[in-house]
Amino acid sequence: MLKVAVVRFPGSNCDLDSLRAVERVGADGYFVWHRDAHLQGADVVVLPGGFSYGDYLRSGAIARFSPIMQAVQRHAADGGPVLGICNGFQILCEAHLLPGALLRNAGLTFVSKPVDVIVERTLTGFTSAYAAGAQLRLPVAHGDGRFVASDDTLHLLEAEGRVVLRYVESTEGSPLQPNPNGSAHHIAGICNPEGTVVGIMPHPERVADPLLGSCDGLGFFTSLAALQPKTTTSTAPGR
Amino acid sequence: MRFRVHVRVMPRGGLLDPQGQAVEHALSALGFAEAGGVRVGRAIELSISAASREDAETRARQMCEKLLANPVTEDYLLEVEEG
Repeated sequence: MLKVAVVRFPGSNCDLDSLRAVERVGADGYFVWHRDAHLQGADVVVLPGGFSYGDYLRSGAIARFSPIMQAVQRHAADGGPVLGICNGFQILCEAHLLPGALLRNAGLTFVSKPVDVIVERTLTGFTSAYAAGAQLRLPVAHGDGRFVASDDTLHLLEAEGRVVLRYVESTEGSPLQPNPNGSAHHIAGICNPEGTVVGIMPHPERVADPLLGSCDGLGFFTSLAALQPKTTTSTAPGR
Repeated sequence: MRFRVHVRVMPRGGLLDPQGQAVEHALSALGFAEAGGVRVGRAIELSISAASREDAETRARQMCEKLLANPVTEDYLLEVEEG
């Protein structure tokens, strides 16, 4: 069975929703604590949303140095899949597992609402269940969601097809909910060159159950559930 | 020796600074229309023990590179004084 570690930092608040979404697709989900040194043999790691360490200094800046993140760095370096959602995306950028940074929303206000995004890259561990070009309505809830990177980095992300999710553009009279934060190139999510590490600002775990009114986000978790468990025995203590 | 380190972290020039813009608008509304180019950053102070001022500055620079500033989006200025 696929083992999925959901990391809990002090201040995480989407940890339980993420775990439920993981369990819903039949994976063996469990929590690991920020002070843990091991991922207990996880095949996949989820960094959930929230406000780790109170977002002090910069969102994700302090979580990056927690003991568990050293294990996540090793997991990612070995090609292990990692999904960072919202604060998890901010942590992945601070940890340099993904390029760029997430700064204060252009409108300065915390934005909590559904937005419309296009799935641009399906060749990742978390979007393979979607059709390329699929349009999803996913909730966002963030104050620091404006993706910023150097022109060279933005060019590279586009050239290598590493934009995973993109907000739809604002057009007059459209009923669609566009880019809510001023992100460069309307970027809502990106991945590393291999597509194993994915960071997204929207919250698919909040729309992964019919009870929540929509299953638009469930594909992230059905994609994850289709990943192959590790066959090699890990030196880290297993569960 | 003890040193006091003053770190000033600023958003990199050229990047949109919505906080700076909001403060600029507020200043203008208060009658300070002559104020322009407002940018909002962060100041951090800390004490450090080091053998020399150069050592203190080297250590403080490492702190900035690793944690206090984000090299992707921010620049920093250091001032080191004895005491």
